[in-house]
Amino acid sequence: MIPTSAPARAPAIDVRHVAKSFGLGGGKSVTAVDDVSFTVPSGGVLGIVGESGCGKSTLARVILGLLAPNSGEVEIDGQKIGALDRKARARLIQPVFQDPFSSLNPLARVRDIVAMPLVAQASFSRAEIATRVDEGLARVGLAPEMGRRLPAELSGGQRQRVAIARALVLRPRVVVCDEPTSALDVSVQAQILNLLSELRRDLGLTYLFISHNLAVVEHVASDVAVMYLGRFVECRPTEALFATPEHPYTKALLASVLTPEPGLGVPDVGLGDVLPDPANIPPGCRFHPRCPIAEPRCSNETPQLKPRPGGGVECLLVP
Amino acid sequence: MSALLEVEHLEVSFGRTAAVRGTSFAVAPGETHCLVGESGCGKSVTALAIMNLLARGSARRARRITFQGEDLLKLNDRGMARLRGDAMAMIFQEPMTSLNPAYTVGSQMTEVLRRHRGASQRAAIDRAADLLARVGITAPGMRLGQFPHQLSGGLRQRVMIAMALMCDPKLLIADEPTTALDVTVQAQILRLLATLQRDLGLGLLLITHDLGIVARIASRVSVMYAGEVVESAPTAELFAGPRHPYTQGLLRCVPVPGKVRRDEPLGAIRGTVPRVGPGFEGCAFRERCDFADETCQHTVPRQRASAAHDYLCRLPA
Repeated sequence: MIPTSAPARAPAIDVRHVAKSFGLGGGKSVTAVDDVSFTVPSGGVLGIVGESGCGKSTLARVILGLLAPNSGEVEIDGQKIGALDRKARARLIQPVFQDPFSSLNPLARVRDIVAMPLVAQASFSRAEIATRVDEGLARVGLAPEMGRRLPAELSGGQRQRVAIARALVLRPRVVVCDEPTSALDVSVQAQILNLLSELRRDLGLTYLFISHNLAVVEHVASDVAVMYLGRFVECRPTEALFATPEHPYTKALLASVLTPEPGLGVPDVGLGDVLPDPANIPPGCRFHPRCPIAEPRCSNETPQLKPRPGGGVECLLVP
Repeated sequence: MSALLEVEHLEVSFGRTAAVRGTSFAVAPGETHCLVGESGCGKSVTALAIMNLLARGSARRARRITFQGEDLLKLNDRGMARLRGDAMAMIFQEPMTSLNPAYTVGSQMTEVLRRHRGASQRAAIDRAADLLARVGITAPGMRLGQFPHQLSGGLRQRVMIAMALMCDPKLLIADEPTTALDVTVQAQILRLLATLQRDLGLGLLLITHDLGIVARIASRVSVMYAGEVVESAPTAELFAGPRHPYTQGLLRCVPVPGKVRRDEPLGAIRGTVPRVGPGFEGCAFRERCDFADETCQHTVPRQRASAAHDYLCRLPA
């Protein structure tokens, strides 16, 4: 269990002992999320990083209420997400997904896409919907005439702006951003990251920000959780994690960030070529087969959380 | 030093779209030359045009494309087929789609050597196993009998690299070879490419959108924008003193841990890449440029910042 920060009031996101696995048939299963707990205070940004298959998108879907966990509970703004109906859930928490090419209905006009969450609530008048859509488009920097366009007539950055406008139109408390800029070019990525920061400050939003790009996470997150085979192996305030990473996996991830600094060469991350298999989680520390500093005990002793200011780390070899 | 690959004023168009508009660059033996740019800038089309692998309906023109002194514009399909996979090899972004799912790793790898060199199956298998070991694959014998879907993304890309090396190429063209991979695997693959490039003296033309990769691996960089090379320089020089406003903007867009303060706005480039037709005149970046004036509507000069550093902009060096 890793608390991210000590909250003053009910945290915006409170995840307690959430586990989710998927059956593979033949009695086998994949454990995508394995007993994960954390909180995010209102206005905070928790970045979740990890390689593909580590469970970060599954965790996002559980938090959004799109997948029911096998065990554990998720509370958004003090309300149990599993007990809410779809309409109430949509007013609390909204997603922005990676690929704005597949997350927008290609046959709907931009205005209708942004209006959809309001229409689905069935409690807004036409005039209210029109006003909110206008506001929403303006807030994400889209000209009103863009509302008449189809997604195919927009660039990737514009589409992602539409997805953000749609996510915000119900004024949710929490936005789950799952790789929101991974499909975008760097110049457009910077525009979208700036927009997300601005919106968070102006609207008091809380973000769960999932990304494989550590430089992006460092830029936007207040706290960072490093996920490995379904668990948070290290979770600490952003500055501390980047300044003094403790878990060997965090260190390897940070070492593989290729900053645009010529002359440094490509680092040796020292992970070997054994890849993690979520259907076959190793005993002991789940990272030990790839760990450059593993000791014999790492293959049979399960690491417990060692608390750190604002978080903790799960490794047998750190003090 | 004479160039391994020379491309002079390459133009490629698809109907009304000019994808590549007069691109020139050269790759020296043993050099890693990066073509960097955003999607749609023409970097992948440039690579495909060199290999003469463009889709139907496209038009390729160039003043010159030479490889080891041989004029590629004069070669027919057979002549190009003789070179491809032999002296010049290419690896693509998505190793799942560029490997044939119906054949084992071994049969795909050996095909190249048997076709180009008429090697025996036994000799080809030995060579394939050697190269798999060389690219850091443990138990190469077992991998040779496996199908692509049995391998992880990183392993597939290693197989692609090993396959590209089967005939000892002089030039390797790699188009976004690590974009589909996790960061940890990306670092491993790039390290491998850098080592192979150095040990084998390969000329490497690496196409990427990632300035981090460019900084860490390239000896020379050409920045492409809307089908043109807008700036070209030795890597250290480009990063230390970018001259083109687009290059400057790109470098400001990238969050660098420890350099840009958290939550401070990144230097985004406003607007989006324009669509450029065949008759387009002037600087293609002018709509997004803070320094543009009316002279940018007309032909822009290519200026030198130093002997090895040129850029396409009216602004003085």
